[in-house]
Amino acid sequence: MSTEHLSTIVVVGHGMVGQRFLEALAERGATGRTRVVVLCEEPRPAYDRVHLTSYFEGKTPDELSLVPDGFMGQHEIELYVDDPAESVDRAARTVTARSGRTFAYDTLVLATGSYPFVPPVPGKDIPGCFVYRTIEDLLAIEEYAKTATTGAVVGGGLLGLEAAGALRGLGLDTHIVEFAPRLMPVQVDEGGGAALLRIIENMGLTVHTGVGTQEITAGDEGRVSGMTLSDSSHLSTDLVVFSAGVRPRDQLARDCGLAVGERGGIVVDEQCRTSDPAVFAIGECALAADGRVYGLVAPGYEMAQTAADAIAADTGRAFTGADLSTKLKLLGVDVASFGDAHGTADDCLDVVYSDSRSGIYKKLVVSSEGVLLGGVLVGDADAYGMLRPLTGHVPPVSPEQLVLPAGLGAPAALGPEALPDDAVICSCHNVTKGAIAACSSLPEVKKCTKAGTGCGSCVKTIGMLLPTSGDGGLCGCFAQTRQELYEIVLALRIGSFTELLDGHGRTEARGGEGCEICKPAIASILAGLGNGHILDGEQAALQDTNDHFLANLQRNGSYSIVPRIPGGEITPEKLIVIGEVARDFGLYTKITGGQRIDLFGARVDQLPSIWTRLVDAGFESGHAYGKSLRTVKSCVGQTWCRYGVQDSVRMAIDLELRYRGLRSPHKLKSAVSGCARECAEAQSKDFGVIATANGWNLYVGGNGGASPRHADLLAQDLTDDELVRLIDRFLMFYIRTADRLERTSVWLERIEGGLNHIKDVVVNDSLGICAELEALMAAHVAGYRDEWAETLDDPERLARFVSFVNAPGAPDPSVRFVPERDQIKPELPLLTLGATR
Amino acid sequence: MTMIQLQTDEGWFEVCEAARLTPGRGVAALLPDGRQAAVFTDRRGRTYAIDNRDPFTGAYVLSRGLLGSTAEGRLYVASPLLKHRFDLETGACLDDEAQAVRTYLTDRSS
Repeated sequence: MSTEHLSTIVVVGHGMVGQRFLEALAERGATGRTRVVVLCEEPRPAYDRVHLTSYFEGKTPDELSLVPDGFMGQHEIELYVDDPAESVDRAARTVTARSGRTFAYDTLVLATGSYPFVPPVPGKDIPGCFVYRTIEDLLAIEEYAKTATTGAVVGGGLLGLEAAGALRGLGLDTHIVEFAPRLMPVQVDEGGGAALLRIIENMGLTVHTGVGTQEITAGDEGRVSGMTLSDSSHLSTDLVVFSAGVRPRDQLARDCGLAVGERGGIVVDEQCRTSDPAVFAIGECALAADGRVYGLVAPGYEMAQTAADAIAADTGRAFTGADLSTKLKLLGVDVASFGDAHGTADDCLDVVYSDSRSGIYKKLVVSSEGVLLGGVLVGDADAYGMLRPLTGHVPPVSPEQLVLPAGLGAPAALGPEALPDDAVICSCHNVTKGAIAACSSLPEVKKCTKAGTGCGSCVKTIGMLLPTSGDGGLCGCFAQTRQELYEIVLALRIGSFTELLDGHGRTEARGGEGCEICKPAIASILAGLGNGHILDGEQAALQDTNDHFLANLQRNGSYSIVPRIPGGEITPEKLIVIGEVARDFGLYTKITGGQRIDLFGARVDQLPSIWTRLVDAGFESGHAYGKSLRTVKSCVGQTWCRYGVQDSVRMAIDLELRYRGLRSPHKLKSAVSGCARECAEAQSKDFGVIATANGWNLYVGGNGGASPRHADLLAQDLTDDELVRLIDRFLMFYIRTADRLERTSVWLERIEGGLNHIKDVVVNDSLGICAELEALMAAHVAGYRDEWAETLDDPERLARFVSFVNAPGAPDPSVRFVPERDQIKPELPLLTLGATR
Repeated sequence: MTMIQLQTDEGWFEVCEAARLTPGRGVAALLPDGRQAAVFTDRRGRTYAIDNRDPFTGAYVLSRGLLGSTAEGRLYVASPLLKHRFDLETGACLDDEAQAVRTYLTDRSS
C-alpha cells in the first residue's frame, strides 16, 4: 500500500465484534490515516454467527457475511484470512501469524472471541463428536448427518437449542441433554422452562433434563454409537454436538503475559484496555471492568465502539457493563427475559400467567412496592418491547393486566403515557419523556428541550404526552375535534374557513387569523367535500406551501415534482419525456418507493414550464404534496407472472384513477398484489388488496414508516365491484371520523370498537350511512380534475409561481446546487444560529 | 392603484400592488441590496414585512408560511420547513427566544 500511514492497528480475530470494530474505526475516519491489519483464523471474513442456524433454512455462507461489498478495499484494510495470530511480542510490538508474516503495531486489538466448552468426558474426541460454532462446524455436521439417523445435543441453553434446531432441520431424531433441571437455565425460571419443554417436546424432540453426560461410547467402526448419562441410562445416538457453553479465547494473551481473570478472560478497563495500554480486548474474550465475560453480541458491539472511541476519537465512552435482557426466537419459539428474571431481590413477588395448552408462560417480578423488576416470557414475547423500558418503574396498569393475553383484560396497546420518564422520545436530541412532560405546549418543548426539531418524527408522540388544550379540541382556535368540524361543515354547508372560525371557533379566536394547525385541516375538509379547486379564493390562503405550489418543498427552498404513474405502469415514451424534462431543467431524479419518479430541485418559477411539458405528454399531478391518495403500487400480476391469479396492475390503475386527488386527514397509500406472495407489500398500506383464486382480499390500516403496522383483513374473496364499494365506504368513513394527521393505522386503533366496529359500519352498514358514504365518493370521482392542468389554464393562478413578486422573471439566487454523483444536490448555507438581529 | 412599500436602510421601496397579496399568505420581494423580504397581509388588510430567511434552516422560505394569531392576538408566520413561528411585528421567534428575524416597516400608497 502506497499511502503514508501515521500508525498501525492490528486486529486479531475477524468475527462479529472484530468487524463491528472495523466499521467503528471507519465511521470515526481512522481507517485512511492508519494502517489497519486484520488476522482471521477462519477461511472466510466475518459472518453472522448468531444466525448460523439459518444456513439450514437455505442461507448460503455468502448471505451470512457481515462484510459489505468493497468494505475492505474502500477503507484500505488488509485482511488475512486463514492466518491466525500465533504470538505477540509486546516489547517489540509485533504480532506473528501462522504463515510467518510479522506485523509491527502501535495498537493491538484482540477480538479472539470464545471457544466451545467440551466437558472432559471419555470419548469426547471420537468421530461423530462435534461443536457448533463456525460455518465449518456446520458443514462437517451436515456431511456426517448424511449417514446418521439420531443426534444428541449436550447442553440445553441458548446455543444448545440452536444446535438442536439444526439437527432437527437435518432430519435427525434429536435429543437434548441438559444437566440443569430445566432448559435455558440462565434465562428462564422453572415455569418458563416447563413451558419451553412442552413446546419443544411437541415438536418431536426428546429432552433429558437433570442428567449429565458420563461417557461417549463408540461402535465397531470407532464412530459414536451412544452416550452414557449420569443416571446410568444409555442413549443411542450416531452423532453428538457439544453445546455446553463457551469459554473466552485468551491463550494468546496469556502467552504474552497480559493479565487474565481467574476463570479466564482478558482483563480490561472501562475503555477496553488490557494491562498493556497498547493492547485492547473486546467481545467474548474480554473480562469487562464489571468482572463479567459477556457472551451476547450486543455488549460485544458496545465494547467494539468503546475501543474504537478510545483509539480513534480519544473520547470518554466507557463500557461499564451491559444489560443481559434478551429476546430470541429459538426453534420458532419466542423467549425473552429481562431485568431480575429470577426474582433474586428481597421481598419480591411473582405474577404468573401460564397456559400449558398453548405453551405460553409469562412471569413478571415486582417489588413489594409494585416496581417492575424483571420477567420471563415464553411462547409470546410481544410485550417485551414495552415491558423492558418499564423495568425499574411502577407500571401504569396492574401487573396482572400486563401478563394477560389480549381480550382477557389486557389493555389493547399501551400508549406513550405508559413509558417511564427516562424513555427517550426524541432520539435526535436525546430528550426523555420526563423532560417533555415538564413542558406544557409543543412550542415550549421545542424551545426548552429541542425535542421535535430534528427529524420531527416524534412530534406526534410529544403531542400525546402534553396536556391537551384542556378539551381535546383541534387547536387553540377550535374546541371541536376534526370529526366534529367535519360534521358541522357538512350539515351547515359551510363554505369558508372564516365562516367556520367566526361562527364556531373559540371565543378568543373568532375574528383572528386561525393558525397553521387548523387552516390546512379545515382546507382538507372543505376540499374533501368538493369545494372547488384548492387554489381558488380563500382556500388558497389555507394550504400548506406544498398544496399552495402543488409541489413538495425541500430543505433549500426548492421543490420536487412527482407526476402520477398509475399502478407504476408507464410507456417508454412517457419515461423518455420524464427523462428529457429532468435533463432540460437539470433536476435530480430518484425512483420513489411508490413506483413513481421524483424530480428534485425546481424553483417555484420553473414549476409551470415543467408542468406544461408534463401535461402535454399526458401526465397529471401525482398529489405527492397533498394529504391525499399517493399511489397504488402493484406487482406485475397474472398477465406476466407465472404465480399471479388476478390482473393486479389493472386493478391498481383502476383504484388509483378512482381515488386520485381525494383529500383526507393524512396521506393514503395503497397496493395490489396479484397473489399471496404479496410482492406489492399491500399489507403495509392504508388499504391493500391481495388477489385470491376467487377474487380479492381487502386489508386495511397497514403502515410502514416509523410505526409499522400490519394491515387487518376486512373482507375476503370480493368481486371487482364489491371491492371498490367497500373501499369507497372505508375511505369515506375514515375521512369523516379521523383526527387531523391521523393515519388509518392509528385511527383504526383509536376508534372505539376498532376493526370490528369499522367492519360493522362499512360491511354490515350498522349505522345506515353506507349509501351516503358511497354518494360522497361518487361525487368525488365525478368532480375530479387535474389540478396542474387547471392551474396552467388560469393566468390568475399562474401568477403566484414567481420567486419574487417584484421581479417575476428573476430566479431566487439563494437556491443553489452543487454536483454529486453526476446529478445536483442542494448547496446548503452555513447555519449561524444565535442572535441575528 | 394601491401599492405596498417597505422601509429599507436606503429609504422607502415599492414592492407590488396591494391586490397581489392574499390575506393570510405572503410573497417574497427582492430588495435593492440583494436581501429578501417576506411581505404579508392579514384578513383585516394590515401589511407586515420580515426577512425571508428562516434562521433555523438557512432557506429563504418564510414568505411561503401560513399566518396565524395567538390567543393574545399576536400575529405570526409559521415557517413551512420546521414550523418555527415568527412574530410579524417584532420578528421574534415564538418558539426559541434566541432567534429573531429583521422586520421592515410597511406602508400603502396610492
